[in-house]
Amino acid sequence: MSLLWIGILLTAAGCYALKIAGLSVPDRVLDHPLTVRIATLIPVALLGALIAVQVLADGSALRIDARLAALGVAAVLLWWRMPFLVVVGVAAASAALLRLWF
Amino acid sequence: MSTSASDRSIITDSLGVGLATGAYGISFGALGTAAGLSVWQTCVMSLLMFTGASQFAFVGVVASGGSPLTGAVTSVLLGGRNLFYGLSLARLLDVRGWRRPVTAHFVIDESTAMAVTRTSSHQARLAFYWTGVSIFVLWNLFTFVGALAGTAIGDPRDFGLDAAVGAAFLALLWPRLDSTLTRIVAVAGAAVALGFVPLTPAGVPIIIGGAAAVLIGLALQRRGERA
Repeated sequence: MSLLWIGILLTAAGCYALKIAGLSVPDRVLDHPLTVRIATLIPVALLGALIAVQVLADGSALRIDARLAALGVAAVLLWWRMPFLVVVGVAAASAALLRLWF
Repeated sequence: MSTSASDRSIITDSLGVGLATGAYGISFGALGTAAGLSVWQTCVMSLLMFTGASQFAFVGVVASGGSPLTGAVTSVLLGGRNLFYGLSLARLLDVRGWRRPVTAHFVIDESTAMAVTRTSSHQARLAFYWTGVSIFVLWNLFTFVGALAGTAIGDPRDFGLDAAVGAAFLALLWPRLDSTLTRIVAVAGAAVALGFVPLTPAGVPIIIGGAAAVLIGLALQRRGERA
């Protein structure tokens, strides 16, 4: 088996183990007030980090380009309470257009 | 995502997220084969890993000349957030027996985000499964199409698909930015993650940024209680 296959299967096993572990945490841990606080903070913290990396990272460098402009467009649309699909679609189109023009 | 959402509107929203996210599989498929994976390997990744960011991280490491084992470590680290998603979902979905191992496969960013805002188990399950299963079906279908078409469809960035992901994450985050605490935590996560981008392999900044922001949030809450 090639190293690539080994990497793929190891990753798949690891990712699944993490998913099932989270769902299988015992009730007494779930009921702990600290768990409750952490569980509500995690999505916010991770989404903040995910957005920043997705929009500004380019490999190991930081780069300001059409992605940041598109994120700004998305923020305005969200402010206007536009539906999810409109926000995502218009953001993608604005990045595509900006790259076409510049 | 109000608490009074009807079952039908939950299903419609879930399918919308499913379509937007699933379609992005085409760029994963294209990037996978461009990175040197076979069509078969690319498709197996979407079937068995089924967690987008980890899949992109693996392909990204391999494409930049890294070892598949380095890719595996980065990818699993990044998948660590699914463990915490499980923490948020366990009580809400309340799945036991044979349903738990099946449900686990669908624990991803979008299915979690769509489910955790619901107030009843019924609506949380509705949002979770409609989102998770529709993404699974479309993500795999589009991975296959993207892998076959390869670079023939062009650079996914020409279609702004990379920007679409950032916008989707922002849309998921938006309803949660309803207090000063959550705003600080989100910005802290972003700032710390960016600080680590030049220093660590891909994927790691998200883990460090997320962890640091949670600690900052806990510290702020504690201080708020003392005051």
